Amino acid sequence: MASNPFKNAASASTVSGPPSGGDYLADSVFRTVALTCAALIVVLILYILWEIGGLAVPAMAQHGLGFVSGTSWNVSQEEFGVLPEIWGTLYSSLLALVLGGVFGVAIAIFLTQDFIHARLAAVFRTIVELLAAIPSVVYGLWGIYVVIPLLRPGAEWLHQHLGFIPLFGTELSGPGLAPAALVLAIMILPTVAAISVDAFRRIPYKVKEAAYGMGTTRWEAILKVMLPTASSGILAALVLGFGRALGETMALAMLIGNSNQINLSLFAPANTLASLLASSFPEAGQVEVQALMYAAVVLLVITLIVNIAGLAIQQYTVRKFEGKT
Amino acid sequence: MSDIDLSSTAQAAPVMRLERQPFELRAMKSGLLTGLTWLIAILGSIPLFSVIVMLVMQGGARLDLEALTSLPPAGFEMGGGFANAIIGTLVMVAIATAISVPLGLLAAVYLAVLDPHSRLSSVARFVAKTLTGFPSILAGVFTYAVLVISFGYSALAGGVALAVLMLPTVVLAAEEAMKQVPQKMTDAAFGMGCTRSQVIWKVVLPTGLPGILTGIMLAVAGAAGESAPLLFTALFSNYFMTELMEPTASLSILIYNFSAMPFDNQIELAWAASLVLVLIVLVFNILARLIGRSKV
Repeated sequence: MASNPFKNAASASTVSGPPSGGDYLADSVFRTVALTCAALIVVLILYILWEIGGLAVPAMAQHGLGFVSGTSWNVSQEEFGVLPEIWGTLYSSLLALVLGGVFGVAIAIFLTQDFIHARLAAVFRTIVELLAAIPSVVYGLWGIYVVIPLLRPGAEWLHQHLGFIPLFGTELSGPGLAPAALVLAIMILPTVAAISVDAFRRIPYKVKEAAYGMGTTRWEAILKVMLPTASSGILAALVLGFGRALGETMALAMLIGNSNQINLSLFAPANTLASLLASSFPEAGQVEVQALMYAAVVLLVITLIVNIAGLAIQQYTVRKFEGKT
Repeated sequence: MSDIDLSSTAQAAPVMRLERQPFELRAMKSGLLTGLTWLIAILGSIPLFSVIVMLVMQGGARLDLEALTSLPPAGFEMGGGFANAIIGTLVMVAIATAISVPLGLLAAVYLAVLDPHSRLSSVARFVAKTLTGFPSILAGVFTYAVLVISFGYSALAGGVALAVLMLPTVVLAAEEAMKQVPQKMTDAAFGMGCTRSQVIWKVVLPTGLPGILTGIMLAVAGAAGESAPLLFTALFSNYFMTELMEPTASLSILIYNFSAMPFDNQIELAWAASLVLVLIVLVFNILARLIGRSKV
């Protein structure tokens, strides 16, 4: 570089020296490459939207909004509707969220509110993190051979004695919503617990000390001080956990029964958008692939909205606490 | 106002005690909730132990040399194994790592060191966070649209789909690790006249390496267990792979296919394959933890 102010110093034959022209060149090349890579991440998501959207356009033009409200998936008559799948996706995720949310937040409280020794809490946290490490298909396999047989007697009893309640309106013949939602709850529990633990950790210790100093019991402190203070972080945890549940594929494809119906019963087989994709895509012809692409767009839009909402709440939480302390 | 006698109001109110009575309503409520929390915590860890017990019992019983070295059996055939699936999983994860790690690291360098507060950085960071919650099956759909339609099912396509899923984890973990590098160290390097890339290569990357490796290991562990993105990118094959551009078997798809089969032999193999898959995932997880422990 001609404008190198250390040009003369560079000629001195010492070990130390200012960066040479080559160094400057390498520097600017490297920085440009890094910038390109950062930009590529943004381009990637746009490209994903473009590609999936592009392949869905023919189906979108053909089926329009009727696709979202239609209830039958009939390839031979080219009738495609995903309302049962949207229903199944939201219903199973909501059930999983209720269960996984209660467990996740309770476990976060257990880990952060001095229930057990810090070292034991670290061991327990590892257990929860390992729950997240187990692959989805393994949960599916476990669900088929452990959860379904385990649930069946209880489900039968509920159906026989309380069958008039729509929730227990059908028998659990094998795969169905209940085992799927239960396994899904286990799978989102680590996400909910981890983000909630962060939310509790962000609360300054003096807040808890102040509560105890007022003479509260442990649970008065948790319910009236800690939970409200951590509420936005916990909300973020729940929303992000919900997003996880919406997109989960394999365990559901193996456990939910892949049946196109809208049924309130917990024991009826159902279907989700992701498992529709998983089970139909490999053998789909061209027309069906277009319809499946449309289904993928629906799934993409739902999960993007939920995830962005969750991230926005999380960022708001972080800013709230960092602004205060 | 002196006619108000405060001492009498204090006497009229119920006596406040500083010490807690064990059978006071609020103490009992607190105790009940504590018990409930313990119960939930214990119940919450049952699934993990149940999964592990089943894997060891069902999978361990079938896991022998034959399972590890031979090809998947057809229909009524006895015996067999999943050697091709182990190779396929490892190859595809390697491809995904080769794509996502350089790309992710460079992007993280930009986000953490070069220009942390620019608009591009905040957008890229947000996109990466959004992608961590991205349904894995959509990575498969995307790769199908980009690669499979023109080039057919292949290990390469499977690797690309996994790379899409690994990328955000690598970026966010590497950025976090590089941010942990003390400002003093980079300042000192700049003070000696280093260019920015010299600071990055000689100070930031080596110092942040444990954290970066932890992130990469976790991303690899996640990718090894993925199956949804491989369903219609790598498909499956009953034979050993000979090149990258042909349908390729993977452990997770093998488990998925075999779990639905009505044959005991296949179901036993599915359990054994699950055990191998979980072991692979756990090895990378434990590596990540061990490396992470030596963090700066």
